[in-house]
Amino acid sequence: MTRLHIDWTACDGRGLCTELLEEMLVEDEWGYPVSRDGTTEPVVPPPLEDAAKRAVDRCPMLALKLVRR
Amino acid sequence: MTDALWYFARGSGVVALVLLTIVVVLGIGSRSGRSVFGLPRFAVSLLHRNAALLAVVFLAGHVIGLLFDSYAQLRLFDLVVPFVGKYRPLWEGLGTVGFDLLVAIVVTSLLRNRLGAGVWRAVHWLAYLCWPVALLHGLGTGTDRGTWWLWTISLTCAGAVVAAVGWRVSPAFARFPARAERRVAPRLLEEASR
Ligand code: SF4
Repeated sequence: MTRLHIDWTACDGRGLCTELLEEMLVEDEWGYPVSRDGTTEPVVPPPLEDAAKRAVDRCPMLALKLVRR
Repeated sequence: MTDALWYFARGSGVVALVLLTIVVVLGIGSRSGRSVFGLPRFAVSLLHRNAALLAVVFLAGHVIGLLFDSYAQLRLFDLVVPFVGKYRPLWEGLGTVGFDLLVAIVVTSLLRNRLGAGVWRAVHWLAYLCWPVALLHGLGTGTDRGTWWLWTISLTCAGAVVAAVGWRVSPAFARFPARAERRVAPRLLEEASR
């Protein structure tokens, strides 16, 4: 299963990912992304894989990673 | 034919400067973490990147045009090593510096995922050097130097960048200003001053 890993030490809460992947992520009150399903490493549904890849690519801090587990 | 090359080189140089100005403004805009000009943040970031790639295309045109131009007599060597040109070495050399910096910035951006965010960001700071160098290069050399229209374009570009940088260093820039405030225990400051 593909999961989205967010490196919290790198993330600066610029919110690009919450725009590109709004089906999975929302901004908390400080602009940091949190997953809608409440897990720390949310599962990426297959139809959203391309959107997730784009979010990973555009993150200005390189804080996002797709992991398989 | 030689005249055509000369016009082409001049025109593409000016277009590259305008594009670089847009790139700097959009880069600062995307750094803010806000939507800018009514665009969502991801769009600002994409426009920043695409305008930069377009600037590279025009800059390549500018340089290639000059390489084949019989007046400028640019050598391949002059693209890498600044200030050794035959024609107005100082001003031409600034062009070389700007070109080399831009190549470094773009290449590290394209390889960002391999190099890591630290290296990429460090090199990206050079943009603040690259842009003024490009502006000076345009003001100091070339046939269009001193024309009213080039002054108008240059001053407009400078105004845009100065405004963006002013916003960048102002407290209103960050979307969550309170977050950036880092408080240190007074005890630590005392220890440090001892
Ligand atoms: S795009 Fe990157 S830096 Fe911005 S909020 Fe998402 S993970 Fe954090």
